[in-house]
Amino acid sequence: MLDIKNLKASVEGKDILKGLDLQVKAGEVHAIMGPNGSGKSTLSQVLAGRDTFQVDGGSVTWDGQDLLAMPIEERARAGLFLAFQYPVEIPGVSNAYFLKAAVNAIRKHRGLPEFDAMDFLTRVKAEMKAVGMKEEFLYRAVNEGFSGGEKKRNEVLQMALLEPRLAILDETDSGLDIDALKVVADGVNRLRSPDRALIVITHYQRLLDYIVPDHVHVLSQGRIVRSGGRELALELEEKGYGWIGDAGEIHAAPPAAGGAQ
Amino acid sequence: MKTATPARKIDSFLDQEYSAGFETLLEADTLPKGLSEDVIRVISAKKGEPEFLLEWRLEAYRRWLTMTAPKWAAVDFPDIDFQDIVYYSAPKKKDGPKSLDEVDPELLKTFEKLGVPLHERARLAGVAVDAVFDSVSVATTFQKELGEHGIIFCSFSEAVKTHPELIRQYLGTVVPPSDNFYAALNSAVFSDGSFVFIPKGVKCPMELSTYFRINARDTGQFERTLIIAEEGASVSYLEGCTAPMRDENQLHAAVVELIALDDAKIKYSTVQNWYPGDKDGIGGIYNFVTKRGDCRGARSHISWTQVETGSAITWKYPSVILRGDDSVGDFHSVALSNHRQQADTGTKMIHMGRNTKSTILSKGISAGRGSNTFRGLVRISPKAEGARNYTQCDSLLIGDQCAAHTFPTIEARNPTAHVEHEATTSRIGEDQLFYAMQRGLTAEDAVSMIVNGFCREVFKELPMEFAVEAQKLLGVSLEGSIG
Repeated sequence: MLDIKNLKASVEGKDILKGLDLQVKAGEVHAIMGPNGSGKSTLSQVLAGRDTFQVDGGSVTWDGQDLLAMPIEERARAGLFLAFQYPVEIPGVSNAYFLKAAVNAIRKHRGLPEFDAMDFLTRVKAEMKAVGMKEEFLYRAVNEGFSGGEKKRNEVLQMALLEPRLAILDETDSGLDIDALKVVADGVNRLRSPDRALIVITHYQRLLDYIVPDHVHVLSQGRIVRSGGRELALELEEKGYGWIGDAGEIHAAPPAAGGAQ
Repeated sequence: MKTATPARKIDSFLDQEYSAGFETLLEADTLPKGLSEDVIRVISAKKGEPEFLLEWRLEAYRRWLTMTAPKWAAVDFPDIDFQDIVYYSAPKKKDGPKSLDEVDPELLKTFEKLGVPLHERARLAGVAVDAVFDSVSVATTFQKELGEHGIIFCSFSEAVKTHPELIRQYLGTVVPPSDNFYAALNSAVFSDGSFVFIPKGVKCPMELSTYFRINARDTGQFERTLIIAEEGASVSYLEGCTAPMRDENQLHAAVVELIALDDAKIKYSTVQNWYPGDKDGIGGIYNFVTKRGDCRGARSHISWTQVETGSAITWKYPSVILRGDDSVGDFHSVALSNHRQQADTGTKMIHMGRNTKSTILSKGISAGRGSNTFRGLVRISPKAEGARNYTQCDSLLIGDQCAAHTFPTIEARNPTAHVEHEATTSRIGEDQLFYAMQRGLTAEDAVSMIVNGFCREVFKELPMEFAVEAQKLLGVSLEGSIG
């Protein structure tokens, strides 16, 4: 489904991704872990098409198409969803209006009939119940004055409504208490299906107790330095990123043909 | 990277055509260019006006000759040659239309094209319309139904003939000819406009609306609107404006006077879409307008709502004089300036009565190289015991070549006054656009959604169908802005 090859990206002349490779197949859940500044968020933003990041090399293929050539909204309509680490506030625009516009943009793209107000409300209310959001959040401005946890629930709500084929969760767990974390994880787990893939970006292994990944990758200095199964996350928790940083460099040096550094 | 960025997308999106820019070819009765006492006499004679009105015009003209055009507004344009303007142009007609059937079909088509419902289908919309084309009013609908309530809604010229006593009693009592340069000019040469009179205790059963259209070349439009709500009466009045696209600038200098007696309420809404000029600033309407309401009676309420998306230069300050005790004044405004448009707009709230209350809510949007200025005055006079004002002024910037200015003035001469002022300036953030586009919206839809969100508090003051219109208009006017 998604094939990232030797991806290099920079922001304001500073190299962040330095030759990243990753393959994601339908039905898989990948966790990407790594210390602050390793390039986790850059990866998610580049995949979603944010133009503050410059792509300097490599390729990203999405169902055989060049993802990097697709405009932001086309990627979204094709089924790529990013749950933001810092969801953006849009004053004056009600959450209901925003959600309905987004859902219908995507339904239209998929050749489905657009929801009218009644259909939409029925659907959105059911999903809100599932993520534990009160109805009043429909009528409040998008993310405005929401607490950290409310913003993250709102992201999960959007994800559920938009039914993406690939969802990237960018540190969705940060700043959440354990109850909120469970709600978010439940929302994500309900989305798991054989034709849908997930990339869960996180700093802590805690989230992976609730969203169990098929693959865990460790990102360090702009490259994936270790890949493994669920046990890699546990190992990381035990030994910390300092361990992986050293190990990463040792392991990566011989086969990587000196691409980085 | 080939990806279309939000910023680049907005670039193309902000260039959109002015859809009301067509011209109607009609035979017209047009005076030669230039202004003199003789021209004023001709205008007055053509309209068959009583002597007092001619004298009033001439006095205004003499006053105007002693005045100079004001320069204080934050707008920039070459001096206007007032002898190079046509002061009267009317579609040719034999005897004036008695009913809609007699109106030139070309004219009706024009209004139809603009979406003004002159025909009986207007009944469905529940809006009575007076349409002013260049200098004269061409049709007023629903006069009969309104007449049954004792309501007078007709063209100004007609009111001069049928109710000279009301004109004499109220004309110029809110905006005297000496008020300012353009008000003096208007008083001298005004050709038509609307007149509304709501008698004591009557709530006007439908929205009243006037549609202004400048068509003829080199013509100035100087309309005069006078609305009177007697004790306990109420009315909601709407005004819409468009003009053809032309390379030269055209002058629009209107005067609107509102008078609310005890317990009366007047709600005046404007959706102004005069031709703004092209994206390089060629052509467009100069919109220099004096609008003022007088809360003459106790507990009266005057409310201005305006959506200003057109004109090359907009210069207007719909104001309220809060004379009656416990009277209320509101000003809700959305002003958009894109490309080279300049808008200097705002309001004056003059508190004279006790416990008077005013609210100012101004939303300025600047895009392209547009410049948007809010200029407000809140004056609490010494006798205005317990007066209160709340002002909120928000500016939204789209792109990095536009400008927003805020000049609030507060004069409180009574220690019990309570005046609050809040102002914000924000920019449509790249992060907001990215967020919306990541959810599948196009940059265009994202911008209009954010702008509409920004204006929502004002739009909700507009009657439903006009709110929809305003939203659409804002979307269209924005196309082609960010840089």
